[in-house]
This record gives sequence, structure tokens and C-alpha cells, in this order.
Amino acid sequence: MQTLEPILAEHPFFKNLDPKILQVITGCATNVVFKAGEFIFREEGDAQEFYLIRKGQVALEIYAPGRGPITLQTLHDGNILGWSWLVPPYQWHFDARAVEETRAIALNGRCLRTKCEECHELGYELMKRFAFVVTQRIEALTLQLLDVYGNHRS
Amino acid sequence: MATTAVKEKPVSPVRAGEPMHPRPFKVLKNQPETHDTFTLELEPAEGPREFRFAPGQFNMLYVYGFGEVPISISGDPAEPGVLVHTIRAVGTVTRALERLKRGELVGVRGPFGTSWPVAEAQNQDLVIVAGGIGLAPLRPAMVQALAKRERFGKIVLLYGARTPDDLLYVRELEQWRSRLDLEILVTVDRALEAWRGNVGVVTTLFPRVSFDPFHALALVCGPEVMMRFAILELAKRGTPPEKTYLSMERNMKCGIGLCGHCQIGSTFVCKEGPVYRFDRVKGLFGKREL
Amino acid sequence: MSETDQKGHTQAVFEAERLQTLVEILARKGYQVIGPTVRDKAIVYAELESARDLPVGWTDLQDGGTYRLEKRRDEALFGYVVGPHSWKQFLHPPKARLCQAKRKGECFESQCEDREGPKRAFLGVRACEMAAIAVQDRVLLQGTYTDPVYQARRGKVVLIAVNCTRAGGTCFCTSMGTGPKVTSGYDIALTEVLEDGKHYFVAQTGTELGEEIVREVPHQEAGEKEKQTAEGLVAKAAGEMGRTLEAEGVHDLLVANLEHKRWDEAARRCLTCGNCTLVCPTCFCTTVEDVTDLTGEQAERWRRWDSCFTLDFSYIHGGSVRPSGRARYRQWMTHKLATWHDQFGTSGCVGCGRCITWCPVGIDITEEARAIRETTISQAAPSGKERSRANP
Repeated sequence: MQTLEPILAEHPFFKNLDPKILQVITGCATNVVFKAGEFIFREEGDAQEFYLIRKGQVALEIYAPGRGPITLQTLHDGNILGWSWLVPPYQWHFDARAVEETRAIALNGRCLRTKCEECHELGYELMKRFAFVVTQRIEALTLQLLDVYGNHRS
Repeated sequence: MATTAVKEKPVSPVRAGEPMHPRPFKVLKNQPETHDTFTLELEPAEGPREFRFAPGQFNMLYVYGFGEVPISISGDPAEPGVLVHTIRAVGTVTRALERLKRGELVGVRGPFGTSWPVAEAQNQDLVIVAGGIGLAPLRPAMVQALAKRERFGKIVLLYGARTPDDLLYVRELEQWRSRLDLEILVTVDRALEAWRGNVGVVTTLFPRVSFDPFHALALVCGPEVMMRFAILELAKRGTPPEKTYLSMERNMKCGIGLCGHCQIGSTFVCKEGPVYRFDRVKGLFGKREL
Repeated sequence: MSETDQKGHTQAVFEAERLQTLVEILARKGYQVIGPTVRDKAIVYAELESARDLPVGWTDLQDGGTYRLEKRRDEALFGYVVGPHSWKQFLHPPKARLCQAKRKGECFESQCEDREGPKRAFLGVRACEMAAIAVQDRVLLQGTYTDPVYQARRGKVVLIAVNCTRAGGTCFCTSMGTGPKVTSGYDIALTEVLEDGKHYFVAQTGTELGEEIVREVPHQEAGEKEKQTAEGLVAKAAGEMGRTLEAEGVHDLLVANLEHKRWDEAARRCLTCGNCTLVCPTCFCTTVEDVTDLTGEQAERWRRWDSCFTLDFSYIHGGSVRPSGRARYRQWMTHKLATWHDQFGTSGCVGCGRCITWCPVGIDITEEARAIRETTISQAAPSGKERSRANP
């Protein structure tokens, strides 16, 4: 039976990962597809998974009363969606909605957290990769915050 | 505005070429682009029918009774019969320009400044990175490159704006996007649900385009912060400062290098700029209040 | 007749009273004579009716933020140095109308300004001021665009220079290589000599016009003794400068020290009043103002002096690029002594000392440059001991 291992191996997030560790992670992985317009996760929901986007477009949204849903960022092929599974209380802070049909690999949070406790090498590899993703995301978000195209008056 | 006693002193007739004297141009069209940006199409009211310029250059636009502002030229260099300016209404003079109607006059001095070295990108990839109103001075470079498409490798346009409502030249962008020999990615800083495009800063677009950074020329224009990050991203990919050009902006009064206002370090932006090769001005970035 | 020196120009001697004849000759030739005169307890440049309008018997005492006139014990006509005025107000005027426009229905019609004006003779131009005029010539006439206002005035002016025989309290022309002896660009260069009961001028001509003028003044050929006396007085002035500035390497020094803490110290004192830019003979920055009359029927474009010390100077949408006084003081000094070299191939400073005298808080450009140079040198070689103290 074909496993997800080769698919994970070719995803940029797992580049250069030791195949033995990758095998462990594959045990927590499932293939998922979201229809255009479908919500992948909702604010306040249980953050049980994170996703490696293979193909598609996902919008991170937040709903403001009176303003409607505001898109904070869009994610695409090769991006990682979700990191709230990493830290308690394991809850989503935003909505994530598939803008077009999106194929992804879902990785189960609880499964991974357990395996990380057992195998610290796995834990470290995951942390390293997430730290990189998070810093990139924060830098990009900081630029958005600056509102550089806005009309600024002193 | 201060008032001044009008002295009836005889003045000599218009001397062609006096750089501080505006030439009258007639408004052909005033087209709103976004809530605060509009495009003027102008033609000379007298004298030579053509206005020749190079992409990246700017004019000093004068509104009778209000004053002057430096505005980049946004038209097609191959169509010198119409002078096009895309302007953001943020101050007294630009708001006065916004109110101009067909047939009214604008004073024009120029063209001044340095230009985008489009020809230098021949046989290489051309990467254009625009942020906000920064697309306006880059448009002539894009149009000029497309007119001689076969001379270039890949042509890529990365364009970031504040919101979808702030996008400029939407119809033209759609036309460009429908071409098979051009790659265009557009992103906005924030959007409502109706927007199905990208949301995120323009630097997030880089991983999604392919060009040969080692054989490319990059033209960058937008707010200074955005340009700094875009240039960093380009350098990370392998496009060096010597192959990256940007357009700087400073307060300008004369436009001809004599009033001192636009000076940064040892350069006058109206004379050696506004287009600079990045390695030549690298030392001016990251230094506060220079 | 008059002896011709090596350069082919005359060196003549005439009695001090004959300066009046020189003034009359200039007036007869249609020149408006501008020269130093006492007004409001300072020596300023204004139109002279006769040589008696000169500050006869006056001298000046100058220091940081200090200017005082004092009576001399003799009747020297040029026994002082430079005051708050420079010649730039006549060549690069504080206000100039550039164009006018008239409303015609929905449109407007505009016209260029006429450049006609009086021909002028500047009487009493010091060596530092000759150098300043040369600096402004480079900036305003030798770029891609020339300034038509400056060009029209500069072409019509006669320069009668005066070699300083006394240095002022804030002078440092020797440091900048601009004086005290005038070396070029003049029509006539005068050196005033008062000694042994005699009072005369040694006049060196520099142009045909200078020759023409001196020829009409009753004079004799300059003898060796007179020439040597004159040279000696100028050499004495060179040795008694009130300030010094190490010009060698000052460009690189300042460019490498943009974050030096000395700028913070200067900023604490600087009022950003802009006096230095007003009195400086090389500062050339201007702004353009478009004004209309009350009816809106007529609009005029005026150019007037501006200063990089104002917040408005570097204003772009939303704010000034140099909001702090520190940045503005740094901009002025680094432009004057450093980046001017990159732009125009010379220093922007001629060592006249006006900025020191007329600064209300007495900030001294020579002292600032010295302070940065001295602390940079001591920072260049960290001792091994210091390092181990920081990293035990």
C-alpha cells in the first residue's frame, strides 16, 4: 500500500529530514482535501492538527463585527498552516478557509506531541522548522502592520 | 497664501527652455483610479506637440495659484503626444490637481532626473517590484519593455498595495496577466472576504515566481521600507546590488539641482536620481535622518 | 608709467585720498558702488555714495557669538574683516521673482522675469569672499542647469578686492587655503598701508577693466619697498588667525563619524535658528514660493533663501526627514566640510568665521571638527587592557 512518506519527503517543510524520523511522523499523517469555500478550522476550535499545503490557497481570516471577515494573510503551495497545536491551550485564534480546492497533509497534534516526548530528536527537528516558519511569518506580518502604503501624517 | 503687491513691470515674453518657467499643458482627461489617486492625461497647450521623456523621469507640475509638486511620468515613452501622470491626492497642490477638469491648464517643467535602465536588461530576466503608488513610475518601464518583448528573458511584475481598492491600472494589469509571456503576481496588505487574491506583503510573492536571479535586472519602487525589504529579498536570491535599481524620493522645490532641498548624503535626488543603482546609495540606507 | 609685474598686470601705488577718485571713476562708468559701511553697530555692505561712507577708523572684535565695533587709533579705511553681510545677497539675492502668470478665464498665461538690473562694483572684497564667490560660481553656473538670476548679476559685477592686513578673531582662511592674500578673479586687488605717517594703497590689477580704472587714478609705479611692506602686512595677518581647522582629511573624518556623540552635544546647544546659513557666503539653498494676489487674477513665482535648519526643508508626506536638531546640525556641517567635495570638487567652507561669530550660542565649526577628530584618533586603537576589562 502506498504510504504518505514520499509525499511528506518532497514537501519543503521536511527538506533534509532524517528518513527514520520522517517515518515516525508519517504515522501521524493523513491526506486531506478541502473544497473551495470550506473552513479548515475555526476560531476557538480545538487545535488538533496542522497542515502542509500541497496545492491550493488558504485565507487566514478574522471576523470583526460591522466589518465582516478580514483576510490577514493567504497561504499557498508549500506553506504551513497552523501552529497553535504546539502550545497550550491548543486553540485556534483565527479562521482558515480554503479559497480554492486545496490538497494538504494533516498532521495530528496529539499524536505528534506524544512522539516528541518519547523521542526528543524528533521534537528538536520539528521545533527548528517551526521556529523558522514562525519568524518568517512574523517578519512578513510586521511589514503588513507598518501599513507602508498608508497615508501617514505626523 | 501670502499676497503681494502686483508691480506692473514690463516682462519679456516666454523664453523657451528657462528651467524654472512652467510650460502650459491642457488637461485631456482626469480619471479616478482609487479613492485618493487619479490619472491626468495632458497635451501641450502651445509650442512643440510632443513631450519626450525616459521611463523613471519626473516633472514639476504647477497648478495656477497653488504651487508645484514633483510627479513621476506614467505614460508610454513611445507615445510622446500625451503626457500621463498618476497622482495621489495628499496635499494642497495634489488636491488642486485632482480638481482639474478637461480643458484646464497645468504648468509643466521637465522632464528631470535619471531613468530606469530598461535596455540594460536585454537578454536577461527583468523583475519589476512595485509597492503602492510605486507602480506609477514603473509603468513606463514595463510598457517600454513589452514593446520590445523579444529582447528580454522572463519579465516578472510583483505588485503590492494596501487593499484591493488601492490597486492601480486594474484593467491594464488584467490585460498583462492574460499574456502568456509575462508573470504578474499581485498582493494586498489586507482584504475583505470578496478578495480571492493574495494577502500579505510583496516579499511573500518572491518564493512563488521563477526567474534567474543571477541573470536578472531588478527595478524596485515604493515606500522606502518596502524597497529595503524587497531588495533584501532579491539579494537573498542572488540578484546583487549592482543589478538592482530603485527610485528615491525627497522634498523637491526646483527639480534642477540648485535649491538643495532633495539632498541625501552627497547626492541630489533630482539630479543623480530619482533612479539609482542600489550599490551606489546603499550607504544612505539604514542611516537615520540623513 | 606703471610697472607691469610677471603676470602682465600693473602694480601701482596711490594715496589713500585717491580711493575717492576710484569710486568716482566707477560711478562715471555706470557702476553702483557697493561696499562696507557702519550701520546699526555693525559693518554691512550697502551702496556707497563716496569713499567717506567706508568705516573709516573702525575695527571689529569677533569671537564665538560676539561682535563689537571699536574705534581704531588711525584712519584706516579697511581695518576690519567681515561682518554679518556677504556679497551673496547681491549675486544670489534673498528674494527674486522668477515668473508671473495672469489668469485668462479658465486658463493662465505666464511670462518669464526680466533680468535687467544695475551693474555693480563691489569695493572691499576679502580673499575669503573671493573664494566664496568662486565656490558659488561652481555651484550655480557650472552644473547641468545654470541659475539665470546669478548669471545675469555675476556677469555685470566688478570686483575690487582688499588683502587683509589683520586677521579677525574667528578667521581661519589660512586653514582653508583661501587667504588672506587674494590670488585670482579680481579686477583690482588693494592692500592698505599705514605707516611712518604715510597712508597709501598698493593696487594690483587683474583684468583689462582693472587696468583701465587704475590708469585713471593719479598713481605711481609701486616700488620694491612699498610692495614688500604690503606683502609683509598680509603675511602678518596670515600668522594671527583667530581659529584653525585641519582641512586635510576632514571629508573622510566626518563621513565616517555620522553617529559620533559630538553631534548630540552640538544639538544640545544648537537652536536651529539658521543664522549660520544666512551669514555663510557659500550657502545657496533656496525655496520656491507661488503666491497670488487677493483677487486671484495674478500669480507670481518667487525664489527666496531657505535653510536646511528648518523642519520644512526636508518635509515629505507626513513628516520631516530630519526631525531632530541633531540631524539638521549634522547635515549642515557635513555638507559644508565633507559632501560638498563630492558634489563640487572643493570645500564649501572658506574660513571666514561668520558662522562662529553670528551663532547666538557660539558653536564653533573648527572646534566641532577638532573634537570629532581627536576622539576618533583615540578610539582607533583600543588597548589590550581595555578589552580584557570589558571581557573578563
